[in-house]
Amino acid sequence: MASVAARDIKKQFAEVTAVNGVSLEARDGEFVVLLGPSGCGKTTLLRIIAGLEKQTSGDILIGGHVVNDLPPRARGIAMVFQSYGLYPHLTVWNNIAFPLKTQGTARNEIKRKVEWSARLLGIERLLQRKPRQLSGGERQRVALARALVREPTVFLLDEPLSNLDAKLRASARSEIKQFQLTVKTATIYVTHDQVEAMGMGDRIAVMDHGIVKQIGSPTEIYEHPADEYVATFLGTPPMNLVERDGGSLGFRPEAFLPKELLNGSALQEFNFRVDRMEYLGSERILYGDIEGRKAKREVTAKLPAHVALDGITAGAWHPFAVRQRELRYFDGEGRQTIKR
Amino acid sequence: MTAIAEFAPRARHRFLFDRAEVLGPLFIAPAILYVLLLVALPFLLAIYYSVSAFTIFDPSYKFVGLKNFFDVIESDIFRRTLANTFIFTIGAQIIGLLLGKFAAMLLMKEFPGRGIARALVVLPWAVPVSLAVLAWQWMFDSLYSVINWTLIAAGLVDATHPPQWLGQQDLAMLAVTVVHAWRLFPFGVVIFIAGFTSVPKDVLDAATVDGAGFWRRNYQIILPIIAPIVVIALIFGTVFTFTDLSVVYLLTKGGPINSTQVLGSLAFQVGILSGDVAHGAVICLFLFPFLLIGVIFMLRALRRREI
Repeated sequence: MASVAARDIKKQFAEVTAVNGVSLEARDGEFVVLLGPSGCGKTTLLRIIAGLEKQTSGDILIGGHVVNDLPPRARGIAMVFQSYGLYPHLTVWNNIAFPLKTQGTARNEIKRKVEWSARLLGIERLLQRKPRQLSGGERQRVALARALVREPTVFLLDEPLSNLDAKLRASARSEIKQFQLTVKTATIYVTHDQVEAMGMGDRIAVMDHGIVKQIGSPTEIYEHPADEYVATFLGTPPMNLVERDGGSLGFRPEAFLPKELLNGSALQEFNFRVDRMEYLGSERILYGDIEGRKAKREVTAKLPAHVALDGITAGAWHPFAVRQRELRYFDGEGRQTIKR
Repeated sequence: MTAIAEFAPRARHRFLFDRAEVLGPLFIAPAILYVLLLVALPFLLAIYYSVSAFTIFDPSYKFVGLKNFFDVIESDIFRRTLANTFIFTIGAQIIGLLLGKFAAMLLMKEFPGRGIARALVVLPWAVPVSLAVLAWQWMFDSLYSVINWTLIAAGLVDATHPPQWLGQQDLAMLAVTVVHAWRLFPFGVVIFIAGFTSVPKDVLDAATVDGAGFWRRNYQIILPIIAPIVVIALIFGTVFTFTDLSVVYLLTKGGPINSTQVLGSLAFQVGILSGDVAHGAVICLFLFPFLLIGVIFMLRALRRREI
């Protein structure tokens, strides 16, 4: 059991700076999610931590020791790849046993551990199959079992759910989270999917163009985004941003409601013209414009579907409001500031 | 009212190209004709020649049973040739494919001038065999051999008794095998590069993270994954070599004293040059059953391995 840390990691490919000074730590037993759009450097960072790529500068620490010069096999890590990287010519049993065989583990010990990890992932009945005979979800479990079997100090997962269909992804998400809580190993999980990040991470590191924009718990990231980038990367629809003196004003669509639904004082009122509505079953998304303020993109309001839309019609202005405490202020550079 | 498009009857002949039952046989006919006329017919003819007394001086189709086969088996030259063929084939496969694998591994690495290096490696394929053998002949020459010059300069051989590459029986056998391996080498390189490229990167990364070093990655992961493609190369190379005479014929003409004779060159000498078609056919056909069994065996192994 140990923590893993990156200190000021930089990675320069010929012309491109993939990672530009990232510091990050996953403490013992912690589940850290690296979240960002494709090409933001998150997978490169993960590969550097694994030892599959060599950083241009900076240190990787595992359990407090600098492991910069250790090959992947000596780092005590296990990694699950996007397309799983199962060995196609080996049975599931041999796939899971492979990391143990490379360590020269005794035969009866291999048997015990393979069976233990297969049981934990519920794949005992698949042990004699070849990877091509497995479904996507089963392959993913085999990859997890193979990662688990070495009892690594750190788990690295690179978008392990992206090859699954939407329904399977939801159940696999909670399974991975449950699994990590059981084994209590420091985990770094790379994804571009904010739902995965919010649902699984103890902490989330939001990355963009090779730098970490913000690290924090899902609540911190969502409620107090460090800048406009984080504010608009998370949330569907993203945070509304409207102009104000010397910066912008942000509020979440679900905080932006018809005035009559909000009681009490300390409200910031806006006149909102609804252009179109989307009914999504549990909620309605209203798209439109705010009177007298320029918005960076179309302003949205998210209303629970059970709220009656009395008097709100497309094209007409309607008084909407946000509670003062739900407002976020950003300065001219897009960083969040204290009010004014 | 809605209008439904009607078929124009006069355009019916156009639908000929939509009729799979007409087009299918039409398109496959050339391939079948080719196999029948240029493979099956000569093969059957060879079988018949082998049990006849056919020579170009006496073109009779008189049936003589297996007499020709017994004649051939009893001949010392033939037995030597048979052994040579196995040495030649197996030796050339091992040298060619093994060197091909290592060259492919080097050529997978990124380095300046890799494109040129890859092109140069494939060159032996593009050079006509007769031209290439001329160069080899010079390298193996008794007086001007560049190989001997190098060995003498390095002090490895005695300058007064340099090896006669094409004059000594064992060395001549080695020489023809090496030259044939040199011809197979580009094929080996291409096959292994194709194989290496087909191994998914995730699988290699997983093996690295799982603690597999260079050797384990190569022999427990990469080689089993590319085995099907390598087996195909092996089948192709084996059959190609068993039936090939060009290097032997051009470099040594089977000499000295028939010591480098292989089945192809012996069959050519007996059947064509000496005109004894019947015995030539026997020599040609001799290995057919073995080749057939070998190919079936390798193809079956391939199917079991399929991943």
